[in-house]
Amino acid sequence: MATESMPQSIEETSALLQAHDYLAGTALATVLFLALRMKRPLFLEGEAGVGKTEIAKVLAKALDRPLIRLQCYEGLDVASAVYEWNYPAQMLEIRLSEASGKVDRKRIESDIFSERFLIRRPVLQAISSEDGRAPVFLIDELDRTDEAFEAFLLEVLSDFQVTIPELGTIRAAEPPIVIITTNRTREIHDALKRRCLYHWVDYPKAAQELEIIRRKVPGCNATLSREIIAYVQRLRTVDLFKNPGVAETIDWATALTELDRLALDPETIADTLGTLLKYQDDIARIDGAEGRKLLAEVKAELLAAG
Amino acid sequence: MDGAILPPVGEADGRLADNIVFFARSLRRAGIKIGPGAIADAIDAVTLIGIGDRDAFYAALQCVFVKRHEDQPVFDEAFRLFWRSRGLVEKMIAMMSPLAPERESERQQRRAGETRVSDALLSGHEADRPARDEPEIEVDARFTVSGRELLRRADFAQMSAAEIAEAKRALAALTLPMDRVVTRRFRPSRRQIRIDPRATMRDAMRFGGELILPRFRERRLIQPPLVVLADISGSMSQYTRIFLHFLHALTEERRRVQTFLFGTRLTNVSRQLRNRDPDAAIDDCVAAVKDWSGGTRIGETLHEFNRRWSRRVLGQGAIVLMITDGLERDDVGELEVEIDRLHRSCRRLIWLNPLLRFDGFEARARGVRAMLPHVDEFRAVHNLESIGELVKALSGQGSRDADPRRFLASR
Repeated sequence: MATESMPQSIEETSALLQAHDYLAGTALATVLFLALRMKRPLFLEGEAGVGKTEIAKVLAKALDRPLIRLQCYEGLDVASAVYEWNYPAQMLEIRLSEASGKVDRKRIESDIFSERFLIRRPVLQAISSEDGRAPVFLIDELDRTDEAFEAFLLEVLSDFQVTIPELGTIRAAEPPIVIITTNRTREIHDALKRRCLYHWVDYPKAAQELEIIRRKVPGCNATLSREIIAYVQRLRTVDLFKNPGVAETIDWATALTELDRLALDPETIADTLGTLLKYQDDIARIDGAEGRKLLAEVKAELLAAG
Repeated sequence: MDGAILPPVGEADGRLADNIVFFARSLRRAGIKIGPGAIADAIDAVTLIGIGDRDAFYAALQCVFVKRHEDQPVFDEAFRLFWRSRGLVEKMIAMMSPLAPERESERQQRRAGETRVSDALLSGHEADRPARDEPEIEVDARFTVSGRELLRRADFAQMSAAEIAEAKRALAALTLPMDRVVTRRFRPSRRQIRIDPRATMRDAMRFGGELILPRFRERRLIQPPLVVLADISGSMSQYTRIFLHFLHALTEERRRVQTFLFGTRLTNVSRQLRNRDPDAAIDDCVAAVKDWSGGTRIGETLHEFNRRWSRRVLGQGAIVLMITDGLERDDVGELEVEIDRLHRSCRRLIWLNPLLRFDGFEARARGVRAMLPHVDEFRAVHNLESIGELVKALSGQGSRDADPRRFLASR
């Protein structure tokens, strides 16, 4: 059993993530701890760029497990998600056995539908871990697939098994740590959510985001990073089409650090706004008077706070 | 009463487990969907984290009970009420048991400004409670801050069996323009374009590998999601019943139909319409919508749709069907911006205008002129009496009649 390395309490979970530069609030640490202990898939929902995928990556690193990632897209099917037979090799095998004069039909059939010719795709890889250490299985952006694949996942997630008609049922010796993320571009069916623990990943609070910048962009000086966070936090309260996520904040901080800026000014913001906002409507809005007002407010606020 | 199967709990945990069960029941009453399995999970989770930290306790219950982000506020409020005041717990336990006598103190304990959650918690026992002083309100028509927002409840005649049959028949004939999208999934085919290697190999085994005959497959076609935005303002009121029945039948017929109703505000009634019985579905819609037959603010409601819903329902090549007369009361500047954004986020935007009563229609109204350049198709119904006419207007490929530019040019 590999449970020795598993965190035994919520505090340990939190510390484990922090050791790998991921800052999790109490809610997230609790949910993650429960998911590990109850061996349930963790269903993470939230806006783009709040660090959902990152959780899985950090968890794999922290627990020293392999990370298997299934990037979902529309029309994802069994052949590219679960397994596929290696047809050219099968064809070759048939020709070879013909050439060697084998004619036993049963033999050939069991030969060419053996594990040797099975190409393992992410789902099957996640279920059949080699060394008995269950991997972290990341199902990324589940909302991008269609309902048909979602329905297929029900079997995998409740029993951790996959049935291959020609070969039989493959069952996981130890269930993988499953993390599902979605951006809510489509509602996921209740039946699937019911099998998971649900967590809405929100934008971090100012203090937490400041700490993230401190860790992720070490070159960014203290004054600048405080201004950046105050500005971004305020930007999220404005009615934008797409609020900047943590990923965008990190990008922006990196960009400003690369440009050797020490403080925010309207020109710098205008020049680098593209790293923060990704819709033309939003950029046009913040570029103008509204953005300048926002910056003035942020500066005044920081000055007042000392 | 709920048929929950609970794991045996220790003597010491008994009280807590009971409370969690009652809490789950209260949540269910407040409208959060909770299966019996979730209760067992919740007890499990709480046992695992151990009692102590309120935040952790909150997070543990939340990740088990909340499965949709929309349910979050309801859960928060219920959590606050349930796990703080002991009085309420006692009260609810008392209420859950049908034999418990009505407590006199109940009404005094209800604070002013309690939210709809607590109302929901108590809703099942409304009948037992002494009648409140409020008079029975049939039509609740009060003017709110905006001055123009008229909140009303509607009452529609129920649907007869003949009408339902007719609707089903009519819908079978409905073919929306561009209503097929290619998926990346395959199905067996006779057309010899794409080889299906798996079927070929399986087939070859029947001959022991001596004969490998190719099998073929082709891409599967499906209907894209359909998003309906229907106007329920005063000017459209006489057609609303037909629309709702049409939308209900449509929701039953197709997969992936999302329906939004708007007047002065936007209401998502997709879940309500999914009710199998048409009358029950319409009743649910009526209960969900607060602004029947009021004014119209197309621009503002579109803005809300674009911001809150478009990214959630317009994926995978959705077709948007807008049913409105296009008579905007507010400034058309916002309307133009928002319809433009909507047009750019969906695959096809079809506008159905049921108020074109004569053939020589010219786009005079400012709202109509603002919207026309941004729709792909403009369909009109001249005399809307039945679902059949609606289907006729929507069916068929885009002809010259449906080209929105035709109406703009004629001025």
